[in-house]
Amino acid sequence: MTATTLTLASPDDTCALAMALGARLRAGDVLLLSGEIGAGKTHFARCLIQSRLDAPEDVPSPTFTLVQVYDTATTEIWHADLYRLSSPDDCIELGLTDAFETAICLVEWPDRLEDLTPAKALHLTLADRGGDVRQLTAQWTDPRWAGVLEGLL
Amino acid sequence: MTLSPLILGLESSCDDTAAALLRGREVLASVVMGQNSLHEAFGGVVPEIAARAHAERLDLCVEQALDEAGVTLREVDAIAVTAGPGLIGGVLSGVMLAKGLAAGLGKPMIGVNHLAGHALTPRLTDGLAFPYLMLLVSGGHCQFLIVRGPEDFTRLGGTIDDAPGEAFDKTARLLGLPQPGGPSVEAEALNGDEKRIRFPRPLLDRPGCDLSFSGLKTALMRQRDAITAEKGGLTVQDRADLCAGFQAAVRDVLAEKTRRAVALYLDESPDTPALAVAGGVAANSALRAALQAVCDETGLQFTAPPLRLCTDNAAMIAYAGSELFAAGRRSGMDLSARPRWPLDTRSAPLVGSGKKGAKA
Repeated sequence: MTATTLTLASPDDTCALAMALGARLRAGDVLLLSGEIGAGKTHFARCLIQSRLDAPEDVPSPTFTLVQVYDTATTEIWHADLYRLSSPDDCIELGLTDAFETAICLVEWPDRLEDLTPAKALHLTLADRGGDVRQLTAQWTDPRWAGVLEGLL
Repeated sequence: MTLSPLILGLESSCDDTAAALLRGREVLASVVMGQNSLHEAFGGVVPEIAARAHAERLDLCVEQALDEAGVTLREVDAIAVTAGPGLIGGVLSGVMLAKGLAAGLGKPMIGVNHLAGHALTPRLTDGLAFPYLMLLVSGGHCQFLIVRGPEDFTRLGGTIDDAPGEAFDKTARLLGLPQPGGPSVEAEALNGDEKRIRFPRPLLDRPGCDLSFSGLKTALMRQRDAITAEKGGLTVQDRADLCAGFQAAVRDVLAEKTRRAVALYLDESPDTPALAVAGGVAANSALRAALQAVCDETGLQFTAPPLRLCTDNAAMIAYAGSELFAAGRRSGMDLSARPRWPLDTRSAPLVGSGKKGAKA
C-alpha cells in the first residue's frame, strides 16, 4: 500500500483539498474517510459534495439517515456514515456495495465495512493536530490514485 | 353553519407511517406506526426497508384512523399527502395511495411539503396568526423561518453543519452516555458546574442567524482528553461538568441567534408577534427556558407544540393540506414525489455552504 501525508493548517485548507480532489473523481471512485469525532471527515465530505453539485443545496450530516444521495449531471454521489451499523451485511442492505460500482462514494467510519472494503478505494485518515491543524494521510493500492492525486499532496 | 372540510392526511417520508383525519383544527384521529423495531438492528433508517414497510402499512393506518374517527372514506372531502422531501421510496408509497384514493373516491388531492407540515403545526395547536417566527428542528436541519402563509416561508438562517440534536448525540457518545444524547446529557448537566469548563460560542462573533455546533464536539473531546491525561480518567463530576459546559454553550448560542432572528422578524411589525419552537430543542428544559427568556424580553408569545406533534405525524400534513385546500390548491395525477424540496427556494442553502456566504 502506498501512503503519503499532508498537513492542513485550517478548515479552509481541508476544504480546498477536498474540492480539488472532487474535481478529479468519477463514478466508481470510493473514498473512505477515517478519523475520530471532530477530525473533519464530514467537513471534508461537505466541501467535496458542494463543489460537485450543479445547484447549491444543503449537505446535512448523514449520521441520522446513514446515507445521503446527491444527483449531479455526471454521477450520483453517496455520502454514508456507517458509525451506527452493527454488521457489514447492513451495507449490502443499504445498497452501498452496489453504489461502489456506479457512484462516487464518500464513506465515514469505513471500518464497519470489514471484508466488504473495496480494494480500489482511497483511504483518507484525518488526525487532529491541535487548534485547526489536521494531518491527512492518504493510502491506496489501486495505481489509479497516484495519477489522481498528482500535484495535490 | 357549514362544517369544515374533512381532510385525510398521509405521511410516509421517513421511518414513521402515519394517517390522520382532521376537521378544521380538530384532530379526529392520528395514527402513527413507527418502524423502530425494523430498523433497530441497523441503528438508522434503511431506505429500502422503509419503503416496503410504508407500502405494507399505509392502508392499515388509514383503516385504523377511519375507525378511530368514526367516519367513512366516502365522507372525506380531500386527501393531503406528503410529496417530499424525504426518502423517495416512502414518499412514493404515500403519493401512490393518495392518487388511488383520489381517483376512486372522486375527491381532490393536495401534495404537501413535509417541512411545511412541521412549520404550520403551531397554527394547528395554538392558532398562531401569520407571520410568526419559527425555530424548526427536523432531521438534521435546524432553521429560523418567518412563516407568512401556508406556502410562504423565509429562512433567516440555520445550522451550517451539525444540528443541535446531533451535537448532543455525539457529546453522549464521547462521554460514554446512552443514546439519544439529548435527555442523557441534560440529566448529567443537572449535577454539573457549567462555569468550570469553558466552551466556545461558535459564530457569535459573526453577524446573522446562522448556527454552528460542529466545533463544540471537538472542544469537548479536547477537554475530556486533557482531564483524562491529567488524572488518568474522568470522575463522575468531571463528566457532569463537561455536559453542563457543553449545554450552556448550545444554550447561549441558540438564545443569541434567536434574539437576532427576533429582531429581523420584528422589523416586519407583526400584529401578534410569536415564536414557535418545534422539535427536540424544546424538550430540553435549559434550552427552552433560554428561548422563553428571549421571548419575555422582546415581547413575543412563546409556544412549543407538544413533542408528539413535532415528530413525524399525519395530522400536521392534513392540517397543512386543509390550509392549501382553503386557498384553492389542488394537485393533479402528475403529482410526483420529491426527495428534496426546500421550504424557502429564494434564500441560499446553509448546510455546508457557510464559508461561501449568501449567493442569493
